[in-house]
Amino acid sequence: MNSGHGTLLTLAGFFGVLSLFAIGGGNSAVPEMHRFAVDVQHWLSDRQFADSFALAQLTPGPNIIIVTLIGYHVAGVAGALITTLAMCGPPAVFAFFVGTASDRFKGKTWHSVLSRALVPVTIGLTAASATIVAATAGYNWMALAITLGTALVAYFVRVHPLWMFALAAVIGMSGLL
Amino acid sequence: MSAPSPTPSSAQPPASTSPASATAPQQPPSLAELFVAFATISLSGFGGVLAWSRRMMVEERKWLTPEQFNETYAVCAFLPGGNILNFSVILGARFRGAPGAVAAAAGLMGPPLCLVLIIAGIYAHYGDLPALRRALTGIAAAAAGLMIATVAKMARPLFQNRAVTRPLIALATFAAIGILQWPLPLVLAVIVPVSLALAWVRL
Repeated sequence: MNSGHGTLLTLAGFFGVLSLFAIGGGNSAVPEMHRFAVDVQHWLSDRQFADSFALAQLTPGPNIIIVTLIGYHVAGVAGALITTLAMCGPPAVFAFFVGTASDRFKGKTWHSVLSRALVPVTIGLTAASATIVAATAGYNWMALAITLGTALVAYFVRVHPLWMFALAAVIGMSGLL
Repeated sequence: MSAPSPTPSSAQPPASTSPASATAPQQPPSLAELFVAFATISLSGFGGVLAWSRRMMVEERKWLTPEQFNETYAVCAFLPGGNILNFSVILGARFRGAPGAVAAAAGLMGPPLCLVLIIAGIYAHYGDLPALRRALTGIAAAAAGLMIATVAKMARPLFQNRAVTRPLIALATFAAIGILQWPLPLVLAVIVPVSLALAWVRL
């Protein structure tokens, strides 16, 4: 843990810019967080990144809360607060001005074009996030089986994610991972 | 796990169809009411905050009609950042201006922020316990699986017509970010304009 002002500035700058590229929600930005925090800055190990992702999934509220854990890991409570503010502030300001203005141009055309253009990008980004999380989680055959099993169950059955997490945690703790 | 879709398919509470829910509120909610509403939404939602926000806004508090909810949410999905954060800001601003936006966003982010700090403190102390480590690995593996299911659900409509450009855009994005691990801003700077242009000419 280091809490130098340089580190806090780096956190604020990186997550502030990243926040504006998070198309379709927080999970789209997970690969970029991993690239920067693990590969470029070496703030976290792969294992710690995967743990942060898992802990964020266990916390109620928006998934974007993973950035709070990364910030805490890098620079304690100050890091957590600055990172969260950097990730939420710019989109919030953007939404405040654009969102209130867009009440005036409620058209179908822009919506349909944006949807056709951005949905495929979001799908690609979410698939990339799944890959990065899987690759960092320290994979063996059992972990792969959990991933594929969860994917199949969640696709075909409506089940609360917490049940899946509980089952996966028990399988993990029982020493099969 | 939020998708830019105005009609989310997963974990949505049953939509109210009673005519009573189609009336807009007479009196806009206060700052405290906005804070409490979004704090409640935030704390009830694991992975599916959207479903809870719909239940609260449309069915319980009746602050929005179903149509208003869909329209507002559609705007949020195409703004950068978390959809539900954008939703809280836009709704707070609509009812109470800038203070309303702050109250709603603080309600949404404040409680999970406190919770996750406690969790982070516990992890800092016990994160190296083998049993906890293995449990977290299992959860990360399951979370990756949930995302794959989300991707599959979102991708299904893409393959229902013959056009190949949209699946190709999705595949190119995935390859650039997930396999080649190129920087996100760089990839989006290329792929978003291309995708917008293709969508504009309706390829």
